[in-house]
Amino acid sequence: MSAEAAVFYLFAAITVLSGAVVVLARSLIYSAFALLFTFFGVAGLYVLLGADFLAATQLLIYVGGILVLLLFGVMLTHKLYDLDLRSEVTQFVPGVIVAAGLALILASPVTWPVDLRGLVFRTQWLAGAGRPPAPTTSDIGQLFMGAYLLPFEAASILLLVALMGAAMIVRRRKDA
Amino acid sequence: MTPALHHYLAVSAVLFSLGMLGILTRRNAVNVLMGVELVLNSANLNLVAFSRFGSGNLQGQLFAVFVIVIAAAEVAVALAIVLTLYRLRRTPNLDEADILRG
Repeated sequence: MSAEAAVFYLFAAITVLSGAVVVLARSLIYSAFALLFTFFGVAGLYVLLGADFLAATQLLIYVGGILVLLLFGVMLTHKLYDLDLRSEVTQFVPGVIVAAGLALILASPVTWPVDLRGLVFRTQWLAGAGRPPAPTTSDIGQLFMGAYLLPFEAASILLLVALMGAAMIVRRRKDA
Repeated sequence: MTPALHHYLAVSAVLFSLGMLGILTRRNAVNVLMGVELVLNSANLNLVAFSRFGSGNLQGQLFAVFVIVIAAAEVAVALAIVLTLYRLRRTPNLDEADILRG
């Protein structure tokens, strides 16, 4: 097993196991901190895939922004003396059946006694030349300021509108 | 053996299923949002993997950046809605948000 494979399995294990903790943990705080490790594992997989800029973005925005925002959400929707932040589970058995069925259809590794592999392993993916690992930041910047300028500007407007909308929704009305 | 495309796709598929399990089974709205984040991350992983092993251009990574932007906007607005719901009903649970039910 090469070093790359070892690192891949390490990050894949971190991602999947902490993702399972996010979904199955009883406490909201445990879920939020397991989500930190999931984001970290996905960032590691990005590095393995040669996406250095995206890995840094993942850590900055997801861990630094979205996760902190979710923690604020946890804190603000419970009373401060609420020590055990429990999150109840509803319709657990049907949910597990649907999710496990989907996972098996997509990525079942079974090959024996009958070939029951999932779609991911069964499909003959159109493999191209691929991109050798190289720094991406400069190229991504060129694309954003060139061919993808319109979506880039639209994204900035979307962020502005989302910011104003969020502030507008949580505003306390005087007459309420 | 170096990890190939289908290895990453398998991780992404498992992550997607876990996120969907969270969306389907949790009552707490913030926890459902965490499930949505898992789903978006798995989609991102797919995009980056195809960018690496596919035709070799950077469009997949650009799409992933846009997905991260959408995720940030989505979380901000969704948390605003959850906070308003909490102020209104004193509960973060989604199944108790039935004000619009006739």
